[in-house]
Amino acid sequence: MNVIKAIIGKKLGMTSIYDENGKAIAVTAIEAGPCIITQIKIDRIDGYNAIQIGFGDVKAKKLNKPIKQHFKNKGIKPKKVLMEVRVNNTKDFKVGDIIKTSVFEKGDVVKVTAISKGKGFTGAMKRYGFSGQPASHGAQYHRALGSTGASSYPSRVFKGKKMAGRHGYKKVSALGLEVVEVNEESNVILVKGSVPGTKGRIVLIQDMGKRRGK
Amino acid sequence: MSKLLDIEKKYIKEDIPDFQSGDIIKVHIKVGEGKTSRTQIFQGTVIRRRGAGINKTFTLRKISYGIGVERTFPLYSPVIEKIELLSKGKVRRAKLYYLRKRTGKKAKVRKKVTIKNMTK
Repeated sequence: MNVIKAIIGKKLGMTSIYDENGKAIAVTAIEAGPCIITQIKIDRIDGYNAIQIGFGDVKAKKLNKPIKQHFKNKGIKPKKVLMEVRVNNTKDFKVGDIIKTSVFEKGDVVKVTAISKGKGFTGAMKRYGFSGQPASHGAQYHRALGSTGASSYPSRVFKGKKMAGRHGYKKVSALGLEVVEVNEESNVILVKGSVPGTKGRIVLIQDMGKRRGK
Repeated sequence: MSKLLDIEKKYIKEDIPDFQSGDIIKVHIKVGEGKTSRTQIFQGTVIRRRGAGINKTFTLRKISYGIGVERTFPLYSPVIEKIELLSKGKVRRAKLYYLRKRTGKKAKVRKKVTIKNMTK
């Protein structure tokens, strides 16, 4: 059977481990799965092919009626998080299938999607990487965003002009991360490098269809 | 949090002697040369210990042919085969950066006199 190489998890935090050459590598630990397939979306009905997966148990009384009924219809225990993963062919999957950390193995290249850390209201320099103005040589204007447009024409600021504002807390994917270790007993996946979001944030790990190393 | 500690536990060595800043220690390092590997020894005064968990490191300083050499090791690195504690030092601070400015006899850390040492 074709397994779906995607799993939902919780970011535990970062640490480092040593590889076989004695080199330290920074890793992010993600407590992933077990997840369950809660719905299969097919092109004919939903307009696209996707698998909906659920992660983490929740009390039924915490949910609203439509979602409660969704689980009831499928005969699945209520889940805290539901996410969708696009697939080309839905034939290999059925509702109730369990996805465990073992779908991944060492050397897989994955993409990790999560909501990034919120940065609050930030200036244009931090938010969009603007250069700002000189720090010295008599400048009295340091971190401002600069000109927002011409004068009499258009007499307004164009929509979408990059300005200061809320930064972060947006869905972000970290691409091309390597799976370093998979622990099936403790449901922990170690991924090389950093992953968006705070500790405890829900992340989605998806295979990128590549392999690194042997 | 405990799951993170479980991951680190696998790499944390138990057999490391208890050493502090000012102590003189000898570190046996595995050096790979192509397929073969040999052991190199680095001996010096501990001038700093830092970090927590698996990321603990320590820095050794020695004077080699008149030139000060410092090397920092991760405490739990698999490259370190063995750590030998040669002598305890008598110091009043945790970070011995003042040794860098000193030369000659002043650049030395006094040995801690314990009852065990005195009988020798």
